[in-house]
Amino acid sequence: MTSGPRRLPREFADLEPFAEWALPSERERYAKRLSSTMAEMQSFYEAALPRLEAAASYLEKLPLDALPDDARRLLQLCYSLINVSFPIEAWRQPRVPDSGASTLECVIEPDV
Amino acid sequence: MPLISKPPEGSWTEHYPGLGTDPVSYEDSISPEHYEAERKAIFARSWLCVGRLEQVPRAGSYFTREIHALRTSIVVVRGSDGALRAFHNVCRHRGNKLVWTDRPGDETRGSCRQFVCKYHGWRYQLDGALAFVQQESEFFGLDKSRYGLVPVQVDVWEGFVFVNFDPAETVPLREYLGAFAKGLEGYPFGEMTEVYQYRAEVRSNWKLYIDAFAEFYHAPVLHAKQYTNDEAQKLMGYGFEGLHYAIDGPHGMQSSWGGMAPPKDPSMVKPIERILRSGNFGAWDRPDLPGLDPLPPGINPSRHRAWGLDSYLFFPNFMIVIWAPGWYLTYHYWPTAYDRHVFEGTLYFAPAKTARDRMRHELAAVTFKEFGLQDCNTLEATQSMLESRAVTHFPLNDQEILLRHLHKTAKHYVAAYEQGREAPHAARRHSLAAAG
Repeated sequence: MTSGPRRLPREFADLEPFAEWALPSERERYAKRLSSTMAEMQSFYEAALPRLEAAASYLEKLPLDALPDDARRLLQLCYSLINVSFPIEAWRQPRVPDSGASTLECVIEPDV
Repeated sequence: MPLISKPPEGSWTEHYPGLGTDPVSYEDSISPEHYEAERKAIFARSWLCVGRLEQVPRAGSYFTREIHALRTSIVVVRGSDGALRAFHNVCRHRGNKLVWTDRPGDETRGSCRQFVCKYHGWRYQLDGALAFVQQESEFFGLDKSRYGLVPVQVDVWEGFVFVNFDPAETVPLREYLGAFAKGLEGYPFGEMTEVYQYRAEVRSNWKLYIDAFAEFYHAPVLHAKQYTNDEAQKLMGYGFEGLHYAIDGPHGMQSSWGGMAPPKDPSMVKPIERILRSGNFGAWDRPDLPGLDPLPPGINPSRHRAWGLDSYLFFPNFMIVIWAPGWYLTYHYWPTAYDRHVFEGTLYFAPAKTARDRMRHELAAVTFKEFGLQDCNTLEATQSMLESRAVTHFPLNDQEILLRHLHKTAKHYVAAYEQGREAPHAARRHSLAAAG
């Protein structure tokens, strides 16, 4: 049950409350950021940032092109943390300031 | 007091006397008539970068490209003989767009053995020859050999695929791209195959976005919030000075310092950058690739030890930015109307070997998007107020030399076309040849 279909690796069970941030594409991660409150992102950031170095150390020991499902979700959660770092560390709001109606769509990104 | 030494004339701009130093008219960015002239004078007569060889790895691999400025679409394909070809994406029977998926206006890519028109089933070989006509006997003396796909000139430089729509074009691609391209040859572009691409439909003239990326005078101001407060104050106090600027025919380049990879003082960057060792300038540690050390001779022309990036504008609408930490990106600006264009920013990294590498690339790519979004919206604000014509001429400073040159070059191409003369790059070739 520790590595069920929607789980993170057991070593990162403390991040399970934020597992919904494990999203496979930049488009989904960015959309979730825009639809989240600052308070929601703050609690995700505060829980996940101190675990980022441990996650990178855990994941870099595994083959990137053949990650187990739980590890891939952890990596995707880290990508979301990277995305959320901008509202939290720089902008103090979900959107890029003064970006109004502009969009910049990610149309190509790596498979993993 | 300037920190960087400038040419003996006292400024980069005056080093190129043809540029002048007067305020510049931006009528060329708000006039529908001028844009109509640019389509024919510039986009129909210049080499245009449409992609990379990695997009067509095998016989039968193809991609399409919408060239709105020329109201056409092309298909670029690798043939059974391994040769690269480009064709107008139009069926010879009754003009249907030949290659498209789902929505005719969207670009597509894939692999096939023949192109088959969705409308009446005409089939074309990868070399463009018409291979099959449905109910051929119903036609009147149809000579299939005269109904192949219409070719477009195509050539490749360092893996970048260029096309040229001018049937009279006589300047070969390498010569067109000139000294800057020569100085980049040998850079391991082909090894950097981990790709992130961002695309935006921008409500501004195509040259305004080039302007935004052709000067870094704006960086300490527009992008200030991306730094810690102390750092933002400090950067604003310093302002920006490029290490080097150069112009070669219609093309331009600038070289810039880059203290952020890694930063001298880690407290000047965001916490996540410190943990991942990556940021706006890319991952702080260079990938181990031959071709990055030593770099090709054209890169970092001032040989400055604080060098951070070189940014090249290959006229008209293609930029390459080479970053010191060992990656590159390209910008394309595809006009769709006088006040609109499609922007594409594409980042290329050496493939991540580990998840940690990949996270570093993700941080660089996400940072690129955050910056790009700020730039996009500024452009719409600029376009709308330029169109008020309340102000018509604008003072460009020495750090904005490439903008002055771009607008001057674009106007020069239009003037040559309207006077019935050959394109300036062709004229330049002929005058160089005459000078012996």
